[in-house]
Amino acid sequence: MASVTPLKTSAELALMAQGAGLPIARQSAFGRFTEAGLPHRRIEAYHYSDLRSLMKDAPQLAQASGSAPSDTVFGDLDAMVVTIVDGHLVGEVNASLAGVTIATQGDAPDDGLAKDSVFPESGDPVIALNAAFVDQTLKIGITKGAALEKPIHLRFVTTAAVSAYTRAIVNVADGAKVTLIETHEGIAGALSNSVVEFSVGDDVQLDHVRINLVDKAATLLTTLGGRMGARSTVTSGNFVTGSALSRHQVFLRFEGEGSTATISGASLLNGRQHVDTTLVVDHAVPECVSREHFAHVLDGEATGVFQGKIIVRPHAQKTDGKMMSRAVLLMDGATMNNKPELEIFADDVQCGHGATVGALDDDLLFYLRARGLPKPEAEALMLQAFVGEALEMIPHEGVRETLEGLTESWLKARG
Amino acid sequence: MLEIRNLHVAIEDGSKKILNGLDLTIHNGEVAAIMGPNGSGKSTLSYVIAGKPDYEILDGEILLDGENLLEMEPDARAAAGVFLAFQYPLEIPGVATMTFLKAAMNAQSRARGEGELKTPDFMRRVKLGAEKLGIPQDMLRRGLNVGFSGGEKKRMEILQMALLEPSIAILDETDSGLDIDALKIVSEGVNALRSADRSFLVITHYQRLLNYIVPDTVHVMSNGRIVKTGGKELALELEANGYADYVSNVAA
Repeated sequence: MASVTPLKTSAELALMAQGAGLPIARQSAFGRFTEAGLPHRRIEAYHYSDLRSLMKDAPQLAQASGSAPSDTVFGDLDAMVVTIVDGHLVGEVNASLAGVTIATQGDAPDDGLAKDSVFPESGDPVIALNAAFVDQTLKIGITKGAALEKPIHLRFVTTAAVSAYTRAIVNVADGAKVTLIETHEGIAGALSNSVVEFSVGDDVQLDHVRINLVDKAATLLTTLGGRMGARSTVTSGNFVTGSALSRHQVFLRFEGEGSTATISGASLLNGRQHVDTTLVVDHAVPECVSREHFAHVLDGEATGVFQGKIIVRPHAQKTDGKMMSRAVLLMDGATMNNKPELEIFADDVQCGHGATVGALDDDLLFYLRARGLPKPEAEALMLQAFVGEALEMIPHEGVRETLEGLTESWLKARG
Repeated sequence: MLEIRNLHVAIEDGSKKILNGLDLTIHNGEVAAIMGPNGSGKSTLSYVIAGKPDYEILDGEILLDGENLLEMEPDARAAAGVFLAFQYPLEIPGVATMTFLKAAMNAQSRARGEGELKTPDFMRRVKLGAEKLGIPQDMLRRGLNVGFSGGEKKRMEILQMALLEPSIAILDETDSGLDIDALKIVSEGVNALRSADRSFLVITHYQRLLNYIVPDTVHVMSNGRIVKTGGKELALELEANGYADYVSNVAA
């Protein structure tokens, strides 16, 4: 039987050309990409987000950086802001906050092959491309026992139609408390591929949020990889209104007993946006709790994808995992793909998952309208409540209020 | 004044007729009660007046002070003065009761071209109304009707009625699921709202509610129309003899 060599797409050809001059240290990661090309629907993890057909192009690699707009989405939120424009750090790297160290390094980052990597060993093409093309890795350390008095805000911005690859490694030492906010802003035509890795010690509280506000003609691929020690609490929220194509991957592993992770997401989509959240929570040790709640509001011809997998290893007894994905379709042309999975190898666990997809409840809508709320206002109130269930899981009040405000604006713009 | 003339209504696919030429007039300040057996169309009538979209209006009209309600969206009807106290009030998780009350009051004010309420005035009115109905403050902070008992939900409906000040209030089996204490509280709430420019349509199976909310007129409904009209003594007669006379009249 003749072997079939698929034709390369224009995005793949552009990526091959960009990878031609990579240093030796990056060639193993790049090789993993060239072998397989962009993932397509026959690759299980990308079945609902066929990057081969969705990614039309790979714009040229970012060289120098432009300058970021001065206002952030948070208005007057007091935070230590680290700005990364077009894949490059802006200004001096210095930690202006007690308990924080910050540095950059140029070594080849983890593409899943590093010893003890939290990323899939089988190789993820988005992470492989990131590992190949990132030139500077930002390293942030939170010192033992430090309770940061304000959040760290990693602000990723693109100012040109370029490909920007960024990587940040965050080490949170035992007993530290930190809020880490990741915002993504960018212009039409830009491709951003960002990886954040965190390593959480024992007795830590880490609250993380990823906010996707890039232009609706931009592509944003982000990955969060994390490991957690014992008795720690991690929350990670994801909020999406931006991008033509977005994929947010979360790989989280419990490595110490008695920890809790709460992972949530709210996506408000319209037009032809395609937004994917892919999540793997690995209960590798006993007595950990994970909660996942994702809400999608889909208008126009938008597509939402939620893939969530909870793995419970054989000795991870007393695991408590609950995963929920809920979607509201506002138009007939909108699509939601839900793929919840449980892989349980232990016998004394409590795990569950649920997924719902539907229109707004007509009886509820009538009840609100019978009280005088015009239809758009009644729908907005119901949707605000629907999204609110996911936003409630974000502990930082200022961030939560900002996201509630963004939700309200999105609903108002709907009319 | 609410005037219903020759109202014919089917459920949306047109397959089943529920109202068959119903005529009913309720004057300003009047409390009218509608009684009738299960399936006579009482709840359908209340939904059709409020504008629920699941019904097909085949013929007839509903006028509120001369305005044709059937041409108006449900929210416009509410702003024009229609209030329906639901038989089964709905739960809205994630929408705090206070937020909902304010949104409803402001939407109606805006629709009538009046200014929005100032927050302190709004708070005062809600607090006062809630106290009268024995609704604790913490219920107002919770999601609307979420985790409320049947009696609490009905009291919340009456609070909404008091705040929205309708010109025609329809109570759809407000007595169902209420114990005697709750029935008294709810009835007192309704009686306090009786006034010369507000009329009520009280829908019930049982005469008991009408001991507390004493009607001016009683109408018997059967097979989708009003088959008998009388004073409050008609309710007592129904209590004694049942609906058999009226049901068989129609069937015959």
